[in-house]
Amino acid sequence: MALELNQEYQYGFHDVENYAFKSGRGLTKEVVSNISKMKKEPQWMTDFRLRSLEIFLSKPMPKWGNTHLLNTIDFDNIYYYVKPTEKQGKTWDEVPTEIKNTFDRLGIPEAERKFLAGVSAQYESEVVYHSIREDLTKLGVIFLDMDSGLRECPDIVKKYFASIIPPEDNKFAALNSAVWSGGSFIYIPKNIKVEIPLQAYFRINTENMGQFERTLIIADEGSSVHYIEGCTAPTYSSDSLHSAVVELIALKGSKIRYTTIQNWSKNVYNLVTKRAVAHENAVVEWLDGNMGSKLTMKYPSIYLIGKHAHGEVVSVALSSGKDQHQDAGAKIIHAASDTTSVITSKSISRNGGRSSYRGLLKVHKGAENVKSKIRCDALMLDEISRSDTYPTMEIDEKGVQIEHEATVSKIEDEKLFYLNSRGISENQAKLMIVNGFMEPFVRELPMEYAVELNRLIELEMESTIG
Amino acid sequence: MKSRLQINNLHVEIDGKEIINGIDLVINPGETHALMGRNGSGKSTFSNTLMGHPAYKITKGEIVFNDVVINNLKPDARAKLGLFLAFQYPLSIPGVTVANFLRQANKALKQNEISLKDFRKQLYEVMDELEIDHGFATRYINDGFSGGEKKRMEILQMALLKPSLAVLDEPDSGLDIDSLKLVAENIIKYKEKNPEISILLITHYPRILEYIKPHRVHVLSEGKIIESGGAELAHELEKRGYEWVVEKKMEVTV
Repeated sequence: MALELNQEYQYGFHDVENYAFKSGRGLTKEVVSNISKMKKEPQWMTDFRLRSLEIFLSKPMPKWGNTHLLNTIDFDNIYYYVKPTEKQGKTWDEVPTEIKNTFDRLGIPEAERKFLAGVSAQYESEVVYHSIREDLTKLGVIFLDMDSGLRECPDIVKKYFASIIPPEDNKFAALNSAVWSGGSFIYIPKNIKVEIPLQAYFRINTENMGQFERTLIIADEGSSVHYIEGCTAPTYSSDSLHSAVVELIALKGSKIRYTTIQNWSKNVYNLVTKRAVAHENAVVEWLDGNMGSKLTMKYPSIYLIGKHAHGEVVSVALSSGKDQHQDAGAKIIHAASDTTSVITSKSISRNGGRSSYRGLLKVHKGAENVKSKIRCDALMLDEISRSDTYPTMEIDEKGVQIEHEATVSKIEDEKLFYLNSRGISENQAKLMIVNGFMEPFVRELPMEYAVELNRLIELEMESTIG
Repeated sequence: MKSRLQINNLHVEIDGKEIINGIDLVINPGETHALMGRNGSGKSTFSNTLMGHPAYKITKGEIVFNDVVINNLKPDARAKLGLFLAFQYPLSIPGVTVANFLRQANKALKQNEISLKDFRKQLYEVMDELEIDHGFATRYINDGFSGGEKKRMEILQMALLKPSLAVLDEPDSGLDIDSLKLVAENIIKYKEKNPEISILLITHYPRILEYIKPHRVHVLSEGKIIESGGAELAHELEKRGYEWVVEKKMEVTV
């Protein structure tokens, strides 16, 4: 069965550009200063940006990962700041019609009505729509776009911003720090449990766009929050760049779950730095789904710095096409005693696609009674695809309990025969096996997202199974 | 309809090696046949060929099922015609629940979609009849199941999908006496309620035939049926072993 190729990515459409401001191509000091000036930022942020630019320019490109693809990024061809509209909407009617229509097609307002407690919609560099349920605001929950966060909560932002991912961390964190715009700022007060997810949606529309959102989530003691992000972009013949920085701070006894469904079109470089610290008794969970993009390099990290903190990363990656590489993984750093962690990584490669698991497990000296479980499973759907595993372990303490398991499998003919013998067609059987493989990830998602993700996988699979 | 299954001079090879060389067999609606043979006699090749396993190649002869020549049909098409194979070694599919799997199978075979609620009701009814715990519905197919559980799950699938011919490939292998009894009871119960179903029970040991009484018994040796008879043939085999039939056959040939 061969369906039309254009069915493969259904969010590849784009809108006519009618923007309030669009910077020229390329990155200069002027571009950076201008962004800060247009946003009327405090001096410390302007200085931070300019310092970050220096770091970005002085740092070499990474010498690991898919250097071939990385080195094809043309930094001079990118638009670093695009402001789609002057004003952020608090209702969808306040959002420019074309942009509103785009989010309608992506199903965001509908999802908001049905099952979200707050929504942030970013289009190019700016958040164009933002809302949060009133009852949460009354409880003191802050959910803003990052720029508003800087204006309205300068003290908290100054305290935590770049506190766990400094610009020196890596070249792309430095780039983000220089030109960041949009993203989410969330503060959950003590003992407040936000049961319904907050969601941010990121959309790139312009060709050669660079989107650099910045997200900071602080869960105060005993609180909990679930944040979900999704992203799509039009399909263009030349590339766009998405390079976000996400920092999570889970204070004593709090819980943060951060879910990503990354579905960029296959001309987007997705180079993201995500890191969390978990204090005593805190729980941080990254659920990281990577379906799209050209090259993704992303290794959500958790620093377990307080006793009894728990960290968990569940990731899936679907790589389908000879120019696609999902280089994903996880990093867990046990820096305190009695901390526990689980990493579950699932990757599917097909149609010449490449998936890599890159992981780090570190146990600091003095961190006693640490337990960790790592499981990496790769499923290869054909002979031309590729899967690699790069696990690193640095254990500086004795008596650490670590389980590590890695498997690479194909869809076995015997399994297909078994399902076929029950009347299930070959395509359906393959899809069933793939969905089953992804199940440990999908079952963690809210039902609506699980359905959507299964549908996405089905669409992806339909185009070449046959 | 003349017969449920008619096999004429069937020859089958795998990897260029002939395993089945000339099987003739007729099974009528409602009949239970036992196909017995030692390890390596071609029993599994035969059952896999009936179901259409792609690795097995029919080089000669034909399989007529419900008046349709199915030689070139894929397994799912054969299932849609009413053929069912209970696997000797059922496979596990992690992440896919028994309920989800059976619902999709049911949908494919019955060609009409029933609601999740109605399907669940149907599934639970069949589970109750076979005294299978409802908890199995939400477990992943055969994942971590014991030998006996796997075999009973195959019978559950049969009972839910309602084929007109069920090929049961060694439903007794690897089971202790209690599990064997449970599996046999499940089969008998289903057969009693659905007398029109034909069963081809493939087995190495005559023991299961003490529970399930076959109309006909066939002995397979080196890819050929060398002896056929009534239920008493199984008793004879129990007493005298396979060697006896093979020798008897040789005497006749000589």
